[in-house]
Amino acid sequence: MTEPREEMEFDVVIVGAGPSGLAAAIRLKQLSPDLSVLIVEKGAEVGSHIISGAVIDPSGLDELIPDWRERETPIKTAVTDDRFVWLTEKSAFPLPNFIMPPLMSNHGNYIVSLANVCKWLATEAEALGVDIYPGFAGAELLVEDGVVVGVATGDMGIEKSGQPGPNFARGMALKGKYVLLAEGVRGSLTKRAIAEFGLAKESDFQKYGIGFKEIWQVADANHRPGLVQHTLGWPLQDTVGGGSYIYHLEDNQVAIGFVVHLNYKNPYLSPFDEFQRLKTHPAIKGTFEGAKRLSYGARAISEGGYQSIPKLAFPGGALIGDAAGFVNLPRIKGSHNAVLSGIVTAEHVAAALAAGRSGDTLADLDAALRAGAIGKDLHKVRNVKPLLSRFGTLFGMGLAGFDMWCNTLFGASLFGTLRHGKPDHATLEPAALHQPIDYPKRDGMLTFDRLSSVFISGTNHEENQPPHLHVADLALQKASELDVFAGPSTRYCPAGVYEWVDGSYVINAQNCVHCKTCDIKDPNQNIDWVPPEGGGGPNYVNM
Amino acid sequence: MTTLILAEHDGKTLNEATAKALTAAKALGAPVHILVAGHEVGAIAAAAAKLDGVAKVLSADAESLAHQLAEPFSALLVSLAGNYDAIVAPATSTGKNTLPRVAALLDVMQVSEVSKVIAPDTFERPIYAGNAIETVQASGKLVLTIRISAFTATGEGGNAPIEALAVPADDGRSRWLGAELSASVRPELAGARIVVSGGRALGSAEKFDEVLAPLADKLNAAIGASRAAVDAGYAANDMQVGQTGKVVAPELYIAIGISGAIQHLAGMKDSRIVVAINKDADAPIFQVADFGLVGDLFTLVPALVKALD
Amino acid sequence: MKILVPVKRVVDANVKIRVKPDGSGVDTANVKMSMNPFDENAIEEALRLREAGTATEVVIVTVGSEKSAETLRAGLAMGADRAIHVKTDAPRIEPLAVAKVLKAVIASEAPDLVILGKQAIDDDSNQTGQMLSALLGWPQATFASKIVIGTGSMDVTREIDGGLETLRLMLPAVVTADLRLNEPRYASLPNIMKAKKKPLDETSPETLGVDIAPRLTVLKTTEPAGRTAGIIVASAEELAAKLKQAGVL
Ligand SMILES: Cc1cc2nc3c(=O)[nH]c(=O)nc-3n(C[C@H](O)[C@H](O)[C@H](O)COP(=O)(O)OP(=O)(O)OC[C@H]3O[C@@H](n4cnc5c(N)ncnc54)[C@H](O)[C@@H]3O)c2cc1C
Ligand SMILES: Cc1cc2nc3c(=O)[nH]c(=O)nc-3n(C[C@H](O)[C@H](O)[C@H](O)COP(=O)(O)OP(=O)(O)OC[C@H]3O[C@@H](n4cnc5c(N)ncnc54)[C@H](O)[C@@H]3O)c2cc1C
Ligand code: SF4
Repeated sequence: MTEPREEMEFDVVIVGAGPSGLAAAIRLKQLSPDLSVLIVEKGAEVGSHIISGAVIDPSGLDELIPDWRERETPIKTAVTDDRFVWLTEKSAFPLPNFIMPPLMSNHGNYIVSLANVCKWLATEAEALGVDIYPGFAGAELLVEDGVVVGVATGDMGIEKSGQPGPNFARGMALKGKYVLLAEGVRGSLTKRAIAEFGLAKESDFQKYGIGFKEIWQVADANHRPGLVQHTLGWPLQDTVGGGSYIYHLEDNQVAIGFVVHLNYKNPYLSPFDEFQRLKTHPAIKGTFEGAKRLSYGARAISEGGYQSIPKLAFPGGALIGDAAGFVNLPRIKGSHNAVLSGIVTAEHVAAALAAGRSGDTLADLDAALRAGAIGKDLHKVRNVKPLLSRFGTLFGMGLAGFDMWCNTLFGASLFGTLRHGKPDHATLEPAALHQPIDYPKRDGMLTFDRLSSVFISGTNHEENQPPHLHVADLALQKASELDVFAGPSTRYCPAGVYEWVDGSYVINAQNCVHCKTCDIKDPNQNIDWVPPEGGGGPNYVNM
Repeated sequence: MTTLILAEHDGKTLNEATAKALTAAKALGAPVHILVAGHEVGAIAAAAAKLDGVAKVLSADAESLAHQLAEPFSALLVSLAGNYDAIVAPATSTGKNTLPRVAALLDVMQVSEVSKVIAPDTFERPIYAGNAIETVQASGKLVLTIRISAFTATGEGGNAPIEALAVPADDGRSRWLGAELSASVRPELAGARIVVSGGRALGSAEKFDEVLAPLADKLNAAIGASRAAVDAGYAANDMQVGQTGKVVAPELYIAIGISGAIQHLAGMKDSRIVVAINKDADAPIFQVADFGLVGDLFTLVPALVKALD
Repeated sequence: MKILVPVKRVVDANVKIRVKPDGSGVDTANVKMSMNPFDENAIEEALRLREAGTATEVVIVTVGSEKSAETLRAGLAMGADRAIHVKTDAPRIEPLAVAKVLKAVIASEAPDLVILGKQAIDDDSNQTGQMLSALLGWPQATFASKIVIGTGSMDVTREIDGGLETLRLMLPAVVTADLRLNEPRYASLPNIMKAKKKPLDETSPETLGVDIAPRLTVLKTTEPAGRTAGIIVASAEELAAKLKQAGVL
C-alpha cells in the first residue's frame, strides 16, 4: 500500500460533484474550453450522495446557465404557497406572511430534487468536456512543499484485516494546477486542508445541524404541488434548536424533513426519533394518510454562517460550497451559494491559469466572495444562529426576526456580529444531569426505526474493507462516550452505525449514510470519518 | 390438452420437487403426465406413478440420460412436445438447465419460477429477487418452471400406467466427468429444505455451535446467521442470510435470537414457514413469524430439540 | 480463441426497487443502473483467459437502449477489447429475443466461447444462455464456478443442487457464470478513461433480421404480499406439535 501511485495531470481537479463542484467545472469550461477539468465523486453516481430539501433560489443557476429555463431540466415546480407554522404538542399556529422577514420568503424559488439537479448539471458539464468520475473518493490531499498539488483516490480492494486482497488496486494521484474542495459539509479532505493551512484561525468555529429527509408518495387529495411549509417548536424543547420542512413536489411526492441543531446538550436526545415523532403531529400526519415512504436520508448541514467562514484560498486551491459553510440558516438554503461560490472561484482560477500561474494562493478570492452576493446573503442573517443558541427557539426566533427586519430596513443590526458559544462537540452535558427520553414506539406506517430507514436509502458498502470510521482511542470512547455521556452516538447516528453491546463498541460501518454527524458531535472528537471504498454509501434516488 | 412434467430425481429416488410441480401443473386444468428420464429409473417411475392425479408416467431409460445433461434432456422433451400443450419442470438446477432450451427449440418464451397459477395461461412470478411480482400471460405452447417453495407437494393416491419411451441419440458434444456432492453432513444453505439461523444473542462462537447444531442435526437443516452474528465472529461469512448475504426460501426457517431487521428479512421472507425464538416479544421478527416462541433461547432451543424426539 | 460476453444493463443491486402504484412496472426513473453482477463475473473470466494467453480477444455485446452503451463502456473499462451495441428502444426484450439476436451476432463474430451471466437480477429469468446454446446447437454449461480450457474442449465445474459437477464441452460452447466463478476486478480510473476510446460498433435487431417482439404479455407488476404475523405458542412442545401439523418436518 506504499507502492507509488500512477499519476495523471489536469489543469483543475475538483473533489465532489455537488452543486458547487459542478458549477465550478462548468464555469471553468465556459471561460476556457481547453482546460482539462476533472471531478471525482465518492458516490456511485452523481447525485447518489446528494440530499437536500430542496427549495432552491435560482440566483446561482441564473448566473451559471442563464437560459436554463428554456432547457430540459428537473426544475419543474415553482413555489406557490409559503407557510410558516409554530407547533405545540396539540396545535399549530400559522405565522402570517406579513411578519415574516422578506429574507425568508420563497417567492421565485423552486422545489426540486437537488440530486436530480446535480445529475442534470453533470450532463451539462460533460457536454462541455468535463471529466466526471463517480465511484472514486478523494482520500488523500497531496501536499508538496506546502502546496496542494492534487488528491489521491482511495485504494480499492483492501480487506477488513487492512491487507490488500486479490483485487487490490492502488489509488491514483490526480494532480492539478489548482484543486477545488467541493466536498460539502464537513469534508474529509477539507478538514485536512483547514488544519494544514490554519484556514479557520481567524473565523469563529463552524456550527452544524443534522438534517433528515424522507420522500413520500401521497394520495392525490393530500398533494398540493408548490406548497412549502416550515415549522418550529414541537417536538423539540425550546432549548433545542431546529425545525421541519415539508415541500410538495411533482408526481405526488412530498419531501418532509427535519433539522436538529447539533449544539444540543442532552445526550439522550435522539434527533432521528424527534423527526419520527414530528410526523405524528395532528397538523402534519394527515398529509401522509395512505401514503408510502419512498426514501430516507440524512446529512449534516452547516449553520455557522458569516462569522464561521474560514479562509477560502490555500496554496494550490480553494474551498467552495458547503465545504466552506455557505448555508443561509434561516432560509435553510445553501445550494444557491454553493453554485455562486463555484462560479466566482472558477473565474479566479481561470484568470490565474490564463496568466500562467499555478499552485499559488488565489489572493483576491476571499475578499471577492465576502463582498459579493454570498457575503451579502449571509451577513444579513449572521445573528440568527447565535440568538437561537442563546435565547432558545421561541424568544431567539423573535429576536432573530427582529434583527432580520433591521438588516432589511436599515442595513444594520442592533447586535453587531454575535459570536457562537461553543463548538458542537463541546455542548453535551454528562448523562447524569439528564433523564432518558422515552420516545413513542414506531408504528411502521408513519414512523419507523433506523434500520428500516437505512434500507430504503439504498446504502451499502463492500463488506470486506476496514471500517471507514476511525475511533482514535477506544478506551476513551468507553470511559467518556459511554460511561459519562451514555453513548450518544447510538442516538445521533441516523443509520444505527454505533452500538454499545455489553461494554464493547460495535461499529456497523456498512450502514453509514455519510452524514458526518459523528465526526462533528462526538464529545471527544474521537471519531474521524474517512472515505470508504469509492461507490460505497447511500444510493439516494430523487433526494 | 395435456401437461408434461419433467420429474426431478437424483438417479435413485424421486425428489419432492416433482410433487410440488405437480400441484402447479394440476392447476392448469389438463391431464398430467410425468416424464422420468435417466438411467435405471424404474423405481423412480413407479414412485411417480403413485402421485395423486397423474394420468400417465413416461419412462425414458438410457445411459445417455444418466447424468441429466441439458442437451439430451431437452432433445427428448422436444421430441415429445407435439403431444403436449404445457411442459413443466420444478425450478431446480436440472429444470432451470433444461427447460429454456426446450422453449427456444419450440420458439416460445418460458415463464420462469412460476409462484402462482392464476389461470391456465396466466401466472405470477417473482422478479427483482422477489421484490416485485409480475403477472404474465402466455400464448401458445407453455413452458414453465415452478418455484418449489411456492407450492405444497401433492400426496400419493394414484396408480398411473408407466410407458417406456425410445430415447433419441445424443451428439455427445457435452460429457459428464464427475460430481462432488457436498461432503458436509449438513445441506447447503442456499438449497436447504430447513434452515436454522442464529443471531447475536448466541453470544459466542462456541454457544452458536453448541445451541444450534443439535437442532440442525435433528432437522437435517442448514445453519444460517445474521450479520450481527457474523460480524461478531460467531459464524462464518458464507452463513450470512440477508440483503448482503444469501437469499434463501426454505420450507421452514427458524430464527433464533435474531431481531428481524429488514435487511435480514430480505434474505428469508419467501420461506414457507417462519419460526422465531426471541426473548423480546416486541422484536420485529414476530411480525413475520408463523409461529413465535417468546423466551430465553438457551432453554427453549434444547427444549425444542427434546420435543422433536 | 475469441470470447463473446453478452451483458445486460439492470437496476443496481443496491437500489431498493419501487413498484409503481398503477401496476405498470418497476420505477427506473433516476435510478442507478449497473451491469448485471453475473455478467461482471463472465467478463472477468474472459479477461483472465485472455491474460493467461488462452484467449486472444474479448468482445462484449448488449441488446438495449441508447443508455446501455454505458454498460458496454463499463465492460470495456474492465478490459474487454471491443463492444457491440445492438440498439433498440423496445421497452421489454425477452430472453428468447436476446438469444436470437446473439445468435445473429455470433454468425458474423464466430467466437469460440460465449460466457453469459447465469441470470439477470431484474427479470430473474435465467434463460438466455440455455436458449442461445439450444439455438446454436452448441453444448452448454450453466452456473459455472470453474472453467479450464483444453484443446478443442473445456471442462466446466457447475453449481448444482447439493454440490458441484464437472462437464467436458466440445468447443464452441456456451457457459453461464455464477458468482463464485471469480471476483470481478475494479475498473481503474485510467482504464475508464481509455475505455472511452475503445471501439464500440452499433447495429440493430432489424439490421440483424431478428424479430424481438415479446411473446409474453405482462398484465401487471405488483408488490409482493407482505408476511403477516402468525401465532405465539406457549412452549417448545406446542411448537413441535404445530410444526408437525404444518407438515414441514
Ligand atoms: C436536510 C437538508 C436540507 C437542505 N435544504 C436545502 C434547501 O431547501 N435549499 C437549499 O438551497 N439548500 C438546502 N440545503 C443545503 C444544500 O443541500 C447545500 O448547501 C448544498 O448541497 C451544498 O452543495 P455543495 O456542492 O457544497 O456540497 P454537497 O451538495 O454536499 O456535495 C458534495 C459532494 O461531494 C462528494 N464528496 C464529499 N467528499 C468527497 C470526497 N472526499 N471524495 C469524493 N467526493 C466527495 C459528496 O458525495 C457530494 O456528492 C439542505 C441541506 C440539508 C442537509
Ligand atoms: C447495508 C446493510 C446490509 C445488511 N445486510 C444484512 C444481512 O445480509 N443479513 C443480516 O442478518 N443483517 C444485515 N444487516 C444488518 C441488520 O440491519 C441487523 O443489524 C442485523 O440483522 C441484526 O442481527 P441480530 O438480529 O442477530 O442482532 P440484534 O439486532 O442484536 O438482535 C438480537 C436479538 O436477540 C434477542 N435475544 C437476546 N438474547 C436472547 C436470549 N437469551 N434468548 C432469546 N432471544 C434473545 C434480542 O431480543 C434481539 O431481538 C445489514 C444492514 C445494512 C445496513
Ligand atoms: S456513522 Fe457517522 S457519518 Fe455515518 S451515518 Fe452515522 S453519524 Fe453519519
